Amino acid sequence: MTVERAWDVLSHVPDPEIPVISVTELGIVRDVRVCNDAIEVVVTPTYSGCPATEVIARSIEQALHEAGAPVVRIEQRLSPAWTTDWITVEAKQKLNAYGIAPPHAAQLESLPPRFPVEPAERPIVFTPRAIACPRCASLDTERLSQFGATACKALYRCRACREPFEYFKPL
Amino acid sequence: MTSTVKTNTAHLDYLLRIADSSLILGQRLSEWCGHGPVLEEDIALANTALDLIGQARLLLTHVGRLEDHGRDEDALAFLRAEHAYRNVSMVELPNEDFARTVLRNYLFTSFQLPLWQALQTSADQELAAIAGKSLKETRYHQQHAADWTVRLGDGTDESHARMQRALDYLWPYTAEFFSPTPEDEAVVAAQIGAAWSTLQGAWESQVMPALAAATLQVPQRSPFLSRGKEGVHTEHMGHLLTEMQYLQRTYPGGTW
Repeated sequence: MTVERAWDVLSHVPDPEIPVISVTELGIVRDVRVCNDAIEVVVTPTYSGCPATEVIARSIEQALHEAGAPVVRIEQRLSPAWTTDWITVEAKQKLNAYGIAPPHAAQLESLPPRFPVEPAERPIVFTPRAIACPRCASLDTERLSQFGATACKALYRCRACREPFEYFKPL
Repeated sequence: MTSTVKTNTAHLDYLLRIADSSLILGQRLSEWCGHGPVLEEDIALANTALDLIGQARLLLTHVGRLEDHGRDEDALAFLRAEHAYRNVSMVELPNEDFARTVLRNYLFTSFQLPLWQALQTSADQELAAIAGKSLKETRYHQQHAADWTVRLGDGTDESHARMQRALDYLWPYTAEFFSPTPEDEAVVAAQIGAAWSTLQGAWESQVMPALAAATLQVPQRSPFLSRGKEGVHTEHMGHLLTEMQYLQRTYPGGTW
């Protein structure tokens, strides 16, 4: 199997939590090497505690085996740490169409918290920019919780169309 | 990944302090699973616990490889005796209520932030990589805890009273974060890590404005000094370990 073919196979391996995007679009496949008979895939975890990490490794192995690679080795690489900035533009559009607001640029999120916070109206100090509703595109949205069904997403609500939605947090 | 540094007991001890503090706080936060005051907070605490346990897994795996005694992350997490854990005492204290839980998260994650920042340039490259990764997660944990600290502290009479009670209880345990140890000197000399005493300024610059915004009274410093870092734990640690280690102790080597 060639490196190009292996990348092509991986581009069809879906993320187990968000099946509309692939592991390559998510940016967690950092390198693919061919070493004699073996395909070596370097992956990086999203969050340290992401339960999908092990499922993803197994899906990658299985997909490459089914495509004819006899030996598959998965190597974990931690540095540089995964960032949502590695999610491709196309994948961000797919996220939006799927109902998940895609992440803003991660670099802006590394700012320290601002104190004192303005009372009552703004107990939440995080995510200063407006997040557009993936359904109606309104910017009149509010955060319900910083953690959603998975660590990588926050829960939001659109005040315009009244629908709840998830926001993929910049990391 | 193989480490480029030769290890020694101070290095291992330093790593265990960080790993065990994440592990034990993760265990404590897991107790909220299914018991959160609202569904969103149940999920938030469980997510935070998962990240903390994930950090501990990476660090304990690294310790296991460095010490080279055949212990993996599970052996280190589940088969050590109480005195071999090096977590700061604060993380083993009972959750008590939501106020103490979020305030502890705030006090501890505000300490993890400057620690991870400093460790990103460690000569121990695996530790530097874990720190770079964990730093991003800790920012979210700290923000979440900060929101609640301010909201509950500057909230109703009841929520304020509970937060003040939590702060009075937890505050003496923060001194341990910054108490000097011989291991700190050794890891600083080897450029593996920062002395925790040097992180106090960065910690206070995070914590003090938030506590002020939460309208909480910061207690006076006292001579009390907890010693979890040295393996001397509170009476709560044994109970926590009994539950955490139960399965591996009862069914040694059990997997699922």
